[in-house]
Amino acid sequence: MNRTRFAFALTASAAMLAVASCGTSSSDPLASAGSPGQSGAGTIVVGSANFPESALLAEIYAGALSAKGVKVEKKLNIGSREAYIPALKDGSIDLIPEYTGVLDQYFNKNAKATNAAGVYAELKAAVPATLTILDKSAAEDKDAVVVTKATATRLSLKSIADLGPFAKDMTLGGPPEWKTRPTGVPGLKKVYNLEFKTFRPLDAGGPLSVQALKNGQVDAVNLFTTDPSVAANGFVILDDPKSLFAAQNVVPLITKSKVNATISAALNAISAKLDTATLGGLVKEVVVDKKDAVVVAKEFLTKNGLG
Amino acid sequence: MINRILTWLADGAHWHGDDGILRRVVEHLEYSLTALLIASLIAIPLGLYIGHTGRGRFLVVNAVGAARAIPSLGLLFLAVLWLGPKLSGDIAFLAPTGLVLVVLAIPSILSGAYAGVEGVDPAARDAAIGMGMRGTEVLRHVEFPCALPLILSGIRSAMLQIIATATIAAVVSLGGLGRFLIDGLAVRDTPQTASGAVLVAVLALIVDLVLALIQRLVVSPGLTGRYGKVSLMDAETEATSPAPALQHSV
Repeated sequence: MNRTRFAFALTASAAMLAVASCGTSSSDPLASAGSPGQSGAGTIVVGSANFPESALLAEIYAGALSAKGVKVEKKLNIGSREAYIPALKDGSIDLIPEYTGVLDQYFNKNAKATNAAGVYAELKAAVPATLTILDKSAAEDKDAVVVTKATATRLSLKSIADLGPFAKDMTLGGPPEWKTRPTGVPGLKKVYNLEFKTFRPLDAGGPLSVQALKNGQVDAVNLFTTDPSVAANGFVILDDPKSLFAAQNVVPLITKSKVNATISAALNAISAKLDTATLGGLVKEVVVDKKDAVVVAKEFLTKNGLG
Repeated sequence: MINRILTWLADGAHWHGDDGILRRVVEHLEYSLTALLIASLIAIPLGLYIGHTGRGRFLVVNAVGAARAIPSLGLLFLAVLWLGPKLSGDIAFLAPTGLVLVVLAIPSILSGAYAGVEGVDPAARDAAIGMGMRGTEVLRHVEFPCALPLILSGIRSAMLQIIATATIAAVVSLGGLGRFLIDGLAVRDTPQTASGAVLVAVLALIVDLVLALIQRLVVSPGLTGRYGKVSLMDAETEATSPAPALQHSV
C-alpha cells in the first residue's frame, strides 16, 4: 500500500514537473497564476475537459489561433467543469471549449431557457465578469431521439414531431431515468404529445442503446448528437423543433482580457463552420478510427481555410 | 429510512400494473425457474455420471470450480454484445441473461450431484450389486435416492444465487425485481431501490423455504432418520402411554 502510494506520488510529481516545465519557458507558473492576464499577454493557454470531443475542439481552437500567429499553449484533459472553471478564473488557462446549456446551468442556478438563442443570451448574462463567450456554433452535443436510416426513410421522419402518427406502434429506448425524467418519456408526451407503445430502459447512450436500435429491439432511442456511433451506423438524429432538450451549442469560453480582434475572428470563424454532423464526424475519426486529435483538427482547419 | 421503505411498499399503486411488484415478482420467478431447470438438466445427469463412474472427475470438478469465478455482470455484457446481433426481439436479451444464470447455477448443482453419489454408503451399493442389479439400476434405485439430499441442497443453494443475481436482467432492459434497483438508482429514488433489495431478499427466503419443504417431502424418510427415530418412537409412545391415561380419566 505504502509502496504503491509512494510510486503514485512519484509519478504524479514527475508529471507535474513535466507540465510545469512546459509552461515555464517564459515565466514562473505561480506568478502567472497570481497575476492573471498580466504575464505572457500574447499567449493563450487552451484547456479542455477530460473527454475526447472537448480535447478535439481545444486542438481545433489551438490550431486556428497559431495559424493566425497567436502564441498558444495547450493544457488538455484537465477534468470536469468543477476543475477547469476555477483554472480559468485564476488564469492557469485562458480558453476552453464549452456547451451553452450546461454552462448556463453551472453559472445560473435559475436557468430556464431551452432554445439555442435563449440559452446563449441567458448564459452571456450569467458568465462571471472576468470571462466571456464568443459566437456559438451550430454544433450541439446533447440528448436526441435517434432512429435508423431505414426507419427515417420508410416513415419520412425529420423531426421528433413527425413521430406523431407512428409513436403508438413504436418502442422507445433510453436510460432508465428517462421513464420519469422531465426531458424523457414525460417530456415527449407533454411537449410533442407522443405516447410510445413501450419504453425499454437501456443505458445512457452506451453500447446497449446502439445495439438495441441497430437490431430492432427499439425503434427510436436516446443517444447524444455527436455520438460517433451515429455516424458509424448511419443513424438519423431527429430535429427537436420545440426544444425539449436544452440547447448545448459549442461555444468558446475565454478570459475577457485576452480577447482581441484576431483571436475573436479566428474562433468565430471556427464556430461558423462547425455543425453537429461535422463535429460528430470529427469525433468519430478520433474515437472510432483512432486518429490523432491534432491531425483531425489540422485536417478540419485546412479544409475550411482556417489553418 | 425504514419508514420510507415501508411507505413505499405499502403503496398499493406500486403493486399492480405493468410495472408493479406482482408483475416483477412473476418475471423474476420466470427467469429464475427457467435458468434453474436448464442448469439442472445439464448438471444433474453430468454429476450423476461423474459420481457413478468417477470418469472425468478431475477435469469437470476443476472446470466447474473455475466457472464459479466468472463475474456475472461481465459475462452478461459480453453475451449481449456477442449474442445480441445474432438474435432478434426480446430473445436477444433473454438468452444472454439465461446463459449467465445457468453458468452461475451449474457449479452448485453439479457438485451436489457428484458428491452425493460418491458419498453413498458403499455397503448399500454392494448390497444392490449383490442383489443382481446392473449399473444403471444401482444408480436409479440406490445411488440417486441416497444422493437426493445433497442434490437438493445443491439446487437450493443454486436457486438462492440465481434469485439474487437475476436482478441483473434489469441491466439489459428486461424486467424482474432488478427493475426497482436499476430504475431507483437512476433517479436516486432510495426508497424504491431499498424496497427492491428487500423484495429480492424476501423472495429468496420464501423460495428457499418452499424448496426446503419439497426436500422434506421427496427425500426418503429412511435417509433423514425422521422415520426411524421420530415417527416410530412417536407411534410407540402413542400406542402405549396415552391410552391407559385416557382410561383412567374416564
